[in-house]
Amino acid sequence: MSLTFKHHPGLVAYLTCGDPDLHTTKNAVLAAISAGAEVIELGVPFSDPVADGPVIQRASERALRNRVSLEDILKLAKEIRRQSDAGLIIFSYLNPILRMGLENFASAAAEAGVDGALVTDLPVEEAGPYLKLMRKSGLATIFLAAPTSTDDRLKRICDVSTGFVYAVSRTGVTGARKDLAEDASKLVGRLRKFTKLPIAVGFGISEPEHFASVANFADAAAVGSAIVHAIEQNPGREAQAVAELIAHVVGRRSSAVSP
Amino acid sequence: MAACEELEQEYEKAKRDPRFKARLGELLKSFAGRPTPLFFARRLTQKLRGAKIYLKREDLLHTGAHKINNCLGQALLVERMGKHRVVAETGAGQHGVATATVCALFGFECVVYMGTEDMRRQELNVFRMRLLGAEVRGVDSGSRTLKDAINEAMRDWVTNVRTTHYLLGSVLGAHPYPTMVRDFHRVIGQEARKQLLQAEGKLPTAVIACVGGGSNAIGIFHDFISDKKVQLIGVEAGGRGEKLGDHAARFRGGLPGVLQGTYSYVLQDEAGQIAGTHSVSAGLDYPSIGPEHAWLADQKRAQYVAASDAEALEACKLLAQTEGIIPALESSHAVAEVIKRAPKMKKTDVVIVNISGRGDKDIGILRENLQLN
Repeated sequence: MSLTFKHHPGLVAYLTCGDPDLHTTKNAVLAAISAGAEVIELGVPFSDPVADGPVIQRASERALRNRVSLEDILKLAKEIRRQSDAGLIIFSYLNPILRMGLENFASAAAEAGVDGALVTDLPVEEAGPYLKLMRKSGLATIFLAAPTSTDDRLKRICDVSTGFVYAVSRTGVTGARKDLAEDASKLVGRLRKFTKLPIAVGFGISEPEHFASVANFADAAAVGSAIVHAIEQNPGREAQAVAELIAHVVGRRSSAVSP
Repeated sequence: MAACEELEQEYEKAKRDPRFKARLGELLKSFAGRPTPLFFARRLTQKLRGAKIYLKREDLLHTGAHKINNCLGQALLVERMGKHRVVAETGAGQHGVATATVCALFGFECVVYMGTEDMRRQELNVFRMRLLGAEVRGVDSGSRTLKDAINEAMRDWVTNVRTTHYLLGSVLGAHPYPTMVRDFHRVIGQEARKQLLQAEGKLPTAVIACVGGGSNAIGIFHDFISDKKVQLIGVEAGGRGEKLGDHAARFRGGLPGVLQGTYSYVLQDEAGQIAGTHSVSAGLDYPSIGPEHAWLADQKRAQYVAASDAEALEACKLLAQTEGIIPALESSHAVAEVIKRAPKMKKTDVVIVNISGRGDKDIGILRENLQLN
């Protein structure tokens, strides 16, 4: 269990946990790993997902109808960990983590076998106590870097990132887009000045061409909304739909980590 | 974050620029109608048989509420930043109308996000915004109120950040908004302080204002904060009951949390999901509160109380019939508090109530809820 990418580019797969229920999420995650995902972002549904587009908003609403909590998701992570060595990231807004308590979260996540976390609405400027507790538990802290960020800010983000850096391909919220903005390669170029960590590009990757083009400048591609959309559109055969979607976007590849 | 930094830098520059100050002062005077009067409510005072009650008449401002103070200030910043598109959220519609108004004045493209539940409650303001040339986009997610409108405005902003400014209407959101919006509303307290000293030769015993996000309250409170003897009282929406979901009183069970970039008291469930809220007044119907209010409460410098829907409705009627002033349902919450408090105070005490907006927009709700003879 580590955050490394053996394939080029590596695949980071995001799923909203509990959409439509936790059992389905578990099967979909294992299917994604078998299809070649090396890192899984376990999305914690939030009532007010300001950084997300309509696809993940709807998934969050469905998950919250079942009152899926961060505790439930850490339990799920533990179950997945028993069956797989893939990288596991908790992908959350800050408030559910604050409610659990930063310290409780860091120790529970480590205990569940999670590798790290990405907290969408926690800017590095405010991350002091979080970083300290995550380090203490041996967990990676991944942050989002945006194309509009100044060099100064990118440096600060790289300084406190561990595991990998998540480059946001363009301004805006999550969701599939037809073209992957030029912004993405420029941003990755700027980030390389400040970090030797792998760089994953995300936000808007939904087509094989996007995925292939990421190989030219980054180490991994994150696919989120497209996977969540596949789950939404295929009730009853979610895991299979996720595997098919990944095969479509990345091509056939064998599992890089033992599922 | 980059956009917040850009805004902060521009605001810091503008604050030091005498031309900015002069232009804002001129617009507040000739366009918005400042200074607003401080009016002695003689009949209300007589009726309550206690403290002397003064009303700060923000309801007399252009567009009918204090919101225009902040909109004019931010519009000048938009111009300085060379942006030409403005997005905003609105609850009751007052901030949306004020935003649409300054966009018409400055020639900016304007998109206002509004929860569909609020659009229904505040139909008249929806039409006013459209008449002013703004596009009103209904938000159907979540509780379809202010909080959801803010989510949507933020999403638009981060997507179009290079051309677009988010004209946030309260002391909420990420820095510099809470500070900047407060500064633009400080004029309310500066005027009120001077006016009362002129009228009474002393400072007030208490200043009362309603608190949704808290912009009108922080505006009138701010210049009294260092006058330790002046009680500062914020009135939250007590809604229809004590249960989570039935009110918007953040100091009644809200816990520290983060919503929309602000760390403050937030109404939430045990899993950290943001709770639904209820208030008869759309402008107070929000699960978090401006962080400076959280600080004032923690310091015990200000006190926060709640007025129920029913109390606010009755207060609105009472002020209409004793003083000939129909306050907005938001401001009616502040009036409700003075009705409870004034009779227990001495005749030598003086209270200022901020009438943050006028009630014309609420006529539909008032008609549904009030029994008149």
